Amino acid sequence: MAEGNCEDALHELYHFLDGALTEERRSAIQRHLDDCPPCFDAYDFEIELRSVIAKKCHEAVPESLKRRIAEAIDHENLHPPAPPAG
Amino acid sequence: MPFMDSLYAAARRMTRNDADAEDLVQETYLKAYRGFGGFQEGTNLKAWLYRILTNTFINTYRAKRRRPSESDLDDVEDLYLYRRLGGLELAGLGRSAEEDLLESYTDDEVKAAIESLPEQFRMAVLLADVEGFSYKEIADILDIPIGTVMSRLHRGRKGLQKKLWEFAVERGLVA
Repeated sequence: MAEGNCEDALHELYHFLDGALTEERRSAIQRHLDDCPPCFDAYDFEIELRSVIAKKCHEAVPESLKRRIAEAIDHENLHPPAPPAG
Repeated sequence: MPFMDSLYAAARRMTRNDADAEDLVQETYLKAYRGFGGFQEGTNLKAWLYRILTNTFINTYRAKRRRPSESDLDDVEDLYLYRRLGGLELAGLGRSAEEDLLESYTDDEVKAAIESLPEQFRMAVLLADVEGFSYKEIADILDIPIGTVMSRLHRGRKGLQKKLWEFAVERGLVA
């Protein structure tokens, strides 16, 4: 029989995933997940979902942008903004 | 240029178009370069850059202030997507069935889902779920209380999951 109840574990699941629980709560939830396949399944899904979201939001930086920024910074070096008066 | 990939991706999600994203990233780096004297060695450079990025976005590109339509999310319960797509492993279909399902989302769908969120929720989700910042770091970046971070994140994730579910339905993934 898993420690704690499923409702609590699922209710706190996002805080658990966000690393925002006290050590006491975190290990209690961990113990529940270790012993409760349905809750572990939900946890596993959420981990996978986050991983997919992070991975699929990737953008390749256009080469033209890298050049523009390098040029803009070079320009900064050659023509630094005037220091504030006084 | 440190972190340009992630800054550009975040800028693209915030502005929702390529040209503005490029301008935003360029301006961010220029400000960072000019203001680097204000950066404290040993503190979180990535968070510092993101703070400049989000502030510049808010000041320059943010659409007219509009309350996020909160009522849309009232019927979205926690673990919304899991309750509809999950449980496949428990049903004996194997762990890879759920992974395959989530993997089947295209990049464009995930990006569109994030971009569909109201700005405040979108920024919270970007910083937490795409960039992995902690609540405290997000609070510092956006200059809001941690409680507000948690609230926007909570609602943002609900909105995101609801949108992903809509895409799954549109694709005929589910009956």
